[in-house]
This record gives sequence, structure tokens and C-alpha cells, in this order.
Amino acid sequence: MARIPTICPFCGCGCSFYLIVKDGRVTGVEPSPDNPVNKGMLCAKGWNSYEFIQSPERLTTPLIRKNGEFAEASWDEALDLVVSRLTGIRDASGPESLGFLCSAKVSNEENYLFMKMARAAFKSNNVDHCARL
Amino acid sequence: MTNSINEFDEADLFFVIGSNTTAQHPLIGSRIINAVERGAKLILFDPREIPLAQFATLHLKQTFGTDVALVNGIMNIIIQEDLYDKPYVQARTEGFEELKTMVARYTPKVVEQITGIRSSELYRAAVMYAQADKAMIVYAMGITQHVTGTDNVKTLANLAMLTGHVGRPSTGVNPLRGQNNVQGACDMGGLPGVFTGYQRVNDPATVKKFEDAWGVSGLNPKPGLTITGMMNAAHQGTLKGLYIMGENPLMSDPDLTHVEHALSNLDFLVVQDIFLTETAALADVVLPAAAFAEKQGTYSNTERRVQLAQCAVSPPGQAKADWEIITALCRRLGMKCDYACTEDIMREINALTPSYGGITYERLSSGYGLQWPCPNDTHPGTVFLHRDQFTKGKGSFLPCEFKPAAEIPDDEYDFTLTTGRIYYQYHTGTMSRRVDLLEREAPEPLLEINPEDAKKLGIRSNDVVEVESRRGSMRIKAEVTTRVPKRVLFTTFHFKESQVNRLTNSACDPVAEIPELKGCSVKIRRCS
Ligand code: SF4
Repeated sequence: MARIPTICPFCGCGCSFYLIVKDGRVTGVEPSPDNPVNKGMLCAKGWNSYEFIQSPERLTTPLIRKNGEFAEASWDEALDLVVSRLTGIRDASGPESLGFLCSAKVSNEENYLFMKMARAAFKSNNVDHCARL
Repeated sequence: MTNSINEFDEADLFFVIGSNTTAQHPLIGSRIINAVERGAKLILFDPREIPLAQFATLHLKQTFGTDVALVNGIMNIIIQEDLYDKPYVQARTEGFEELKTMVARYTPKVVEQITGIRSSELYRAAVMYAQADKAMIVYAMGITQHVTGTDNVKTLANLAMLTGHVGRPSTGVNPLRGQNNVQGACDMGGLPGVFTGYQRVNDPATVKKFEDAWGVSGLNPKPGLTITGMMNAAHQGTLKGLYIMGENPLMSDPDLTHVEHALSNLDFLVVQDIFLTETAALADVVLPAAAFAEKQGTYSNTERRVQLAQCAVSPPGQAKADWEIITALCRRLGMKCDYACTEDIMREINALTPSYGGITYERLSSGYGLQWPCPNDTHPGTVFLHRDQFTKGKGSFLPCEFKPAAEIPDDEYDFTLTTGRIYYQYHTGTMSRRVDLLEREAPEPLLEINPEDAKKLGIRSNDVVEVESRRGSMRIKAEVTTRVPKRVLFTTFHFKESQVNRLTNSACDPVAEIPELKGCSVKIRRCS
């Protein structure tokens, strides 16, 4: 059994807790007792924050739409398609014809990299996320 | 937030406006309740009878969309009664005379007409706030999601400066951030006009710095479009390709019919997420991402605290961490991108972002996170902002006139519909609705309606009603309750069965382009 520190994926309070991991699965949570934010407490969402990651509805493979339907694809196929279509649009209609929505749910590093890709590789500043909503 | 969560424990007074704190930020809500129980005062401004109302010293129910008039009225009383902090105003601020002249027009009588709040109550609120030693203003989306969102925020800042309730422990203006990394997404340049740490894309020296660091030339110096702008551009056909990472605008954004049309009009849509969301279902390519527990990374909470989460388990199937997916794309795009782990990315952020300069994995692994600004390796982080001076030297008062909401109820659309969250669900429901306990506690959407209105319309609890705005309609079960005042309806945006954002208004604040999700005009009838 392992205790892995993490941060609640729900609201902006940023409560921290440990995920209890057994045989490669999360089996429970344990709030961090000394953390100044939550001092050993969690709300109902925090206590139950790991269940959805084990949902059978998780996406497990890249999907490409073919003739209106999703078909499973390899990473290479999916990423090549993303690159060729986005660069194609940029070359034909300019960088401002592309948009990039960051996420208030993913990490800082990931948001940084995403905005770097938009601005440096595509030269588009159409970068935003729904926090303004 | 200008201040920190722990400072709630020492405050004498909370001025809570536009935040249903116990539902959206439960652990901050409980701090407020604990503080009230030890004797702190709570002034609550909310048209609804939210759970915090039971603990409020004073609960004022302003008419929807009248916050600027309300707060101007409070400032006027504070100035008239000579209760403002003169030494503070003199030493640390500028523009007081303009503020004074403008708010003088917001007499208690005028304010009562606009907001519905009685003068005697406005007086009590003004005096209590001004006389408190340590008073914290707390707000959330109830302040920002209005066509006057920017004015609302400026007006609250005026109030805090006028009374010197800023730049000290347990004071300040404290927006509560809704999602776990809203703060971080903004800090990391997830906004049209800025790189990390709010460094502007149109500042030549900044552009040069990023070009050098990234090994590229020709960065675009023109700020880009906001989400609202992008949706409009997609609708018109000028935006042709969109890449959405971990967002679900086809549930969360206003006027969904417009959003749906905009997304369908794109030549190419990529969605990267952990579930096949409503938005992903429209995509041309869907990329499966890892969830929070399946990767390492940092998140910045509402008090600017950056904390490190470790990887606990592997992602399902072929799903990959978002950073791995983007790294693979960047390589294909010919960018130098040799990150072996997220720590490598953080090093790059440290080097390019003064406020994150000292926030390293090494330091984050041992303590309880670091609050930015934290410019170097030995800096302890910053508990509260504006201690000795504001970022720009003196704090300027920015007086704002009251402007009405975009839609005011009329004869046909005679109710105001307002939206929010509930304790047991979260955002568009993709995560919380897949948790049994949460789903058991709050399994279905309900529309709150006042008993008097319900009686007139022949509506009883659990009746199915149809609610319609100028943009769309939905069917939903009614809950007859005094939680909402007359002529106001409330529901949440968590449930795809009743998509309230079919009805909401995409009219925006002209500066921040935040849409008025907090209110639109609707009509309601019972379905036979
Ligand atoms: S445990 Fe509750 S209060 Fe804490 S971050 Fe999660 S959702 Fe917010």
C-alpha cells in the first residue's frame, strides 16, 4: 500500500490529501493533517474525488472521425492528423484562424506547454480558458 | 486572492458578495462559519437564501445585477459619515475627490430604488464594514459573470481602499477561484494577451525574451481572441481550427445553441479530455488524457499557493498525460522539446516568470507549497499582497457608474433566471456525476421558484415546467422554495438533462468579455 500526495481536482481551495494506492488502484483518500489549507479536512467532493478516474467510461484510445463515426486510432495516426490539419489551416488562412483553449483543470506545466505550442509553433495568440466564464 | 485562506481565522468581519461559499468553496465556507462562531461578523449580499444566510449578522438581498449601485451607496455613506481611513487614503491612494463626487449621487434613497435595499440596512452594512478592524471582502462568480463584471470588481477594490482594508493581514479583496487550477491557467498565460506571469505579448522586450528562450522568431505581438471572440469567429467562419484541452464549452458556456453552431462550423476540432464530453462528441479527433492522479504536476489554488501533486497510478489504456501529448505534438511541429518530466518544464517556467522564479520542485516536495510572488530560491513566498504599496505605486480609485443588466424582465419574459452550483455536484458534471455518493445526493436538476409565484402559476414541487428565454428553452422539475425571492428562478449548470446554458445570455462585459451567466430574462409555464 502506498500513500501518494495530491491536490483535490475540484474547487479552487486546493485542499491536499493522500491517495491510498493498492495493487495499482486508488482505494481511498486521506486528508493531509498539517496542510495549512485544509488542516486534515475535506468536503464531500474531496473525499470522493478518486472514483471517477476508475470509471469504465474513461477514454482509453485516440479517436478519429471517419464518415461521421468515431474510429479508434493509434497515437501516431491521431497526432499526425492533428499536425497536418492545423498546419494546413494556418498555412491557408493564417495563424489567427486557429484557436486554443487551455484548461482550468490541468497542471501549470501543461497549460504552459499548451500556450507555448499555440504561440511559438502556430504563432496564434487565440489562447484562452473558461475561467473568465 | 490578495490574502490567504488562513487569514480567515483572524478576520473580524466578512463582506461576502456573489459567493455561495459553502457550496462552491466548502472548506473556505467552513472557515467563515467557524469565524462567525468565535464572534466575527458576516455581512452577506445575495438575492438567495443561501446556507451562509443562517450565520449572517446582516443579510441584504439586492436586486439582481445592481452591485455597483449598492457598493457606491455604501461608500457614499462611509464618506458622508466620515468613516473612511483618511491617513490611508492620503498616503496610498489617488483619485479620492473623483470617487467622492461620483458616489455622492448614490444617496440611500437612490440606492434603495435601484437595489431594493432599505436605507437603514445599507447604513448598518456601511458602518459595520468601515468600523471593523480587519475586514475581508470575499467574492466569486456572482460578481464577475455580469456585463458589469469589471465595474463590480473595481467598485469593490474602491471600497477596500477607501477604508484601508487592504495590504494588511485578514483584509483585502478576495476572489474565490472556481476550479482547481483557474489561478494557474491564468498565471501560465492561458489568456489571449499575456505570457506567463501576466507579461504582455505586445511588449517588445517581453517578446524578445520569449523568442530567445524558445528559440523562435516572429512571435505574434497582437493579443488574440477570448473564448467569446473565438466562438463568434467560428460562427462567422473566420476561425477554422480549434484545439480544446480539458474544457467542455458545450455545457459551460452561455447560449449553447450558438456554441453548438460555432463548433459545428469549424473545419477541424480537436478535443483532449478524460471522458467523451458533450464537446468531445463533436470533435474530428479526440485525444485521451490522463487524470490528475495519473501524472505529476503543480496546481495553483485561489490564494496563489502552488502545490505539487504526484503520480499515483497509471492512466487507463493508451491515455497519456496532457504534457506528454503536447510534447509529442511540439516535436512533430519541429520545436525543440526535450522534456523528460514535468520538473523540466517547471525549470523553464521559473526562468521566464519572475513571480514563479523560486517555485521549484525541490522546495515544493518538502513543504506545503509556495505562494507567488516568490521570485527566487530563498524567498518564502507571499502571504498577502500590497503590503507597502500597490503594484503600480499608489492605488487609484476607479469610480464606476451603475449600469443595468443586459436583460431586464418585461411583460413577456417576466422572470430573472440565475445560475450557480450546488454542494454535491461540480461544473459540467463530467467528474462529479461519475461519483456514486455525489450522484445519490443530487441526482437531478431542480428549478427553484418562490411559493407565491408558484401558486399563481399553478406549479407544485416536482411538477415539470418549461422555461424559455430569447435563445432557448429547457424542461426541468420545479422545487417550490423560499430560498429564491419573487420573480427569480435558480438552477445549476451541472446536468445535461436540463441544459440551462441553452437559455443564458452571451452578452459580455466589454473589458473582460465575461458573459452574463448570472442572469437572463425568461418565461415559465407548467407542462401539462
Ligand atoms: S475537498 Fe472540497 S473544498 Fe477542498 S478543494 Fe476539494 S472540492 Fe474544494
